Amino acid sequence: MKHEIKVPEVSEGVTEGTVVDISVAVGDTVEVDQTLLEFETDKAVIAIPSPQEGKIAEIKVAVGDSVPVGAVIMLLEAAASQADEAPVPEPQVEKEEPEEEKPSPPIAAVKKAEPLKEVAQDEPSAAAGQIDLATVRRGERVAPAAPSVRRLARDLGVDIYQVQGTGPGGRISERDVRDFVRVTMQRITGGGSMPAVHGEFPGLHAQRPLPNFSKWGAISREPLSRVRELTADAMGYAWSTIPMVTQYDHAQVTEIEAFRQEYNRRAISENRLTMTAILVKVCAAALKAFPRFNSSLDLASKELVLKQYVHIGVAVDTPAGLLVPVLRDADRKGIETLALELNEIAEKTRERKIGPDVMEGGTFTISNLGGVGGTSFTPIVYAPQVAILGVSTATLQPEWDGEQFVPRLIMPLSLTYDHRVIDGADGARFLRWICEALDNPLQLVMKG
Amino acid sequence: MSQSSEIPEKAQLVIIGAGPGGYAAAFRAVELGQNVTLIDPEVNPGGVCLHRGCIPSKALLHVAKLVAEAEESKEIGVTFARPKIDLDRVRTWKDEVVGKLTGGLGSKVAKLKITYVRGMATFKDARTLVVTSVSGEIGEMAFEQAILATGSRPIMLPGCGADSSKIIDSTGALEIADVPASLLVVGGGYIGLELGSVYAALGSKVSVVEMTDGLLPGCDRDLVSVLKRRLDKKFESIMLSTRVEEIKEQKNGVMVTMTDSKKETTKKRFDEVLIAIGRKPNTENLGLDKTSVKLDKKGFVEVDGQMRTAESNIFAIGDIAGEPMLAHKAYGEANVAAEAAAGRTAVFDPRAIPAVVFTDPEIAWCGLTETEARERKIKVKTAKLPWRGNGRTLTLGRDDGMTKLIIDPETDRVLGVAVAGPGAGELIAEGVLAMEMAAVSEDLRKSIHPHPTLSETIYDAAEMLFKG
Repeated sequence: MKHEIKVPEVSEGVTEGTVVDISVAVGDTVEVDQTLLEFETDKAVIAIPSPQEGKIAEIKVAVGDSVPVGAVIMLLEAAASQADEAPVPEPQVEKEEPEEEKPSPPIAAVKKAEPLKEVAQDEPSAAAGQIDLATVRRGERVAPAAPSVRRLARDLGVDIYQVQGTGPGGRISERDVRDFVRVTMQRITGGGSMPAVHGEFPGLHAQRPLPNFSKWGAISREPLSRVRELTADAMGYAWSTIPMVTQYDHAQVTEIEAFRQEYNRRAISENRLTMTAILVKVCAAALKAFPRFNSSLDLASKELVLKQYVHIGVAVDTPAGLLVPVLRDADRKGIETLALELNEIAEKTRERKIGPDVMEGGTFTISNLGGVGGTSFTPIVYAPQVAILGVSTATLQPEWDGEQFVPRLIMPLSLTYDHRVIDGADGARFLRWICEALDNPLQLVMKG
Repeated sequence: MSQSSEIPEKAQLVIIGAGPGGYAAAFRAVELGQNVTLIDPEVNPGGVCLHRGCIPSKALLHVAKLVAEAEESKEIGVTFARPKIDLDRVRTWKDEVVGKLTGGLGSKVAKLKITYVRGMATFKDARTLVVTSVSGEIGEMAFEQAILATGSRPIMLPGCGADSSKIIDSTGALEIADVPASLLVVGGGYIGLELGSVYAALGSKVSVVEMTDGLLPGCDRDLVSVLKRRLDKKFESIMLSTRVEEIKEQKNGVMVTMTDSKKETTKKRFDEVLIAIGRKPNTENLGLDKTSVKLDKKGFVEVDGQMRTAESNIFAIGDIAGEPMLAHKAYGEANVAAEAAAGRTAVFDPRAIPAVVFTDPEIAWCGLTETEARERKIKVKTAKLPWRGNGRTLTLGRDDGMTKLIIDPETDRVLGVAVAGPGAGELIAEGVLAMEMAAVSEDLRKSIHPHPTLSETIYDAAEMLFKG
């Protein structure tokens, strides 16, 4: 009895793989679980074991072959029944009839023609070659659509098997194909109003199919909060559309921190001065000095939108997730006012008492993780802004003043910017400007 | 190297073989602005279909139908004398029909400015053909793209047939050199039954021997039984589950040794034997080994959904590209290949390729058969409507026939249509349209069918399924 050995279902979503190694030869006796061949899929190299004892009767694949799941790779003659079975006769293959047509012409006497250039592949059929022929027929399923509708789908590059027909019995009309294209395009480009497709993630890219996680252990699921959903969308969009660069620098804040401590000793809690409030003021001044950091890119009209106002967003960690309320006209307010406003707005944000309008219109963002800890991080630009400042925990570090080491409070800063708008040297200058302003606050008054 | 060479040195699109696939591809390619060269040994295009297949056999079947109707008309009060058959005139008329059609194709080829080369071609490499014209000229032709449409030929039983006038294939049978007193048809497929019907009408005692347990393998049994009831009367005998062991030509005929299902071996003598056991693709002598074109295990050229072979500038269509070997499948593939060659996004994606057996009664079906549904465990709902109650059937002096609809029980969608009865081949076109348009049974029931016609049986069958 010959057993067919097939490519097993190796893991979910894997439909084919490549034979990378064949470990046995025809005539080899194999044991149960002995590796027969190795099979490489998108995810891993898998050893395919022998399901039983026996002798390899035939190997139907070669190294390098691409083989679908379920394909027969070898024939195994089972050990037990080997003796009883009569040899399987080869199926009678009909013999080719002797060639009855004209013999091949004598090539020598033939006139020669110049081979033509390879027009076929370069020009017309290049487009045709892109058709995914797998969509022609899919198993038992046949897409219920008229030939003209199927042709339309092909021309638009739509896999008609993904289109839900609205006609009787699910018949797919031309309109269904067009609607499918429209909805898909809206989802991908974010253009127009987003249709409320239930359960669909509104991010830039449609989600790829997930594996069945419970295969590997218990799981639970929880719904995404609206904040999480929006964050994922905004971050996904920014990450995949903005070429970002992050630069790092150190600000010397010994004196400014001493001033802050001293100030707070006398202030009531509403007026408490935070490093963030100081940074808002410093950044506002920097943005006036470097207006390109206070802009947005309009690729469609090939313009840079320069804002005459400076509204600075401050990332606030809330139980519901990250929110970014905006301080208006930071360039025209003193640090005291900014501190008061920031304290109030941050408190309201944590309590989810601010409206969405407060979180709109920012031109630059500060994300201060100094209170939490860490030496540095890479913030992500909050589109359509072009830059964001990340702040990490300040630490005391020894600094050589020319004669001796003196303790200095050093605050790590990181600036991420949209490299389409801002060049590296400008990024370095901007960040240095901020560091120098923190080191010597008089600069603010001198330049601002 | 003469100036007036028949063989052009260059071709944008060369089509090898001018049967239904080849000429259809040529016409479509011209429409799409291609410069086309068509190569075939015949004077005019047409291929097996027109010269040695569909058309001559249908002409002869028309003769058979006249003979049968004349004989049966005494039932309805019209009696004719025994028909006298002038075999030479029948043959001439058949050849006239073929001549008109192939001549028409020839003029169309000329009108469309297609370069027609009478000859045979073989690949030198994937961009060059060596062409041998019927007048003996040999030349190389460089091409950009090629469509292979070389068709198929009848399979002969090994060891017999060569040069015999008593052991013939379908080509020989269509020549009707004579009408043998007794004829054995080996093979119960559509070719054997159609040609058997012709010879029976012309006066031969026809026997059919079939290896499997039924006529027309692949066709639903209920349809076959409509046909078999009538063939049992027309034919001398129909031997099923019977193997032909030996065919031996003798002076006075052919001695055939057969073994039936009970393992009993008998020897019978026939005046002539017609071998109709199938056809095989013409892929030899084409120099395919000089290209990357691949053949599958059955000898057909492997193609993708655009009819493109493994050699990306070479397409293959029609009989050499796989079953079913039918002219209308070749037409469909020809259009796809011509469009793909012109850079269009065409794909061969039919929902149904109709099959028609032009016996009396005719049998025609498209899409899913009940047999296939059973084998593939597809859930279906069927409606079978016998023609006894159809007005048109009775006014034609007939009462045999059946129309069958096969639908998906969940969506009501038409999955298959089958018809047995006179004119079934014409009726099946509605079934094909229903399948291509993804019709549901309601669509068929709500389309007004002309009365009184046989097409009403489709309407009536749909009524059995759709009550909503």
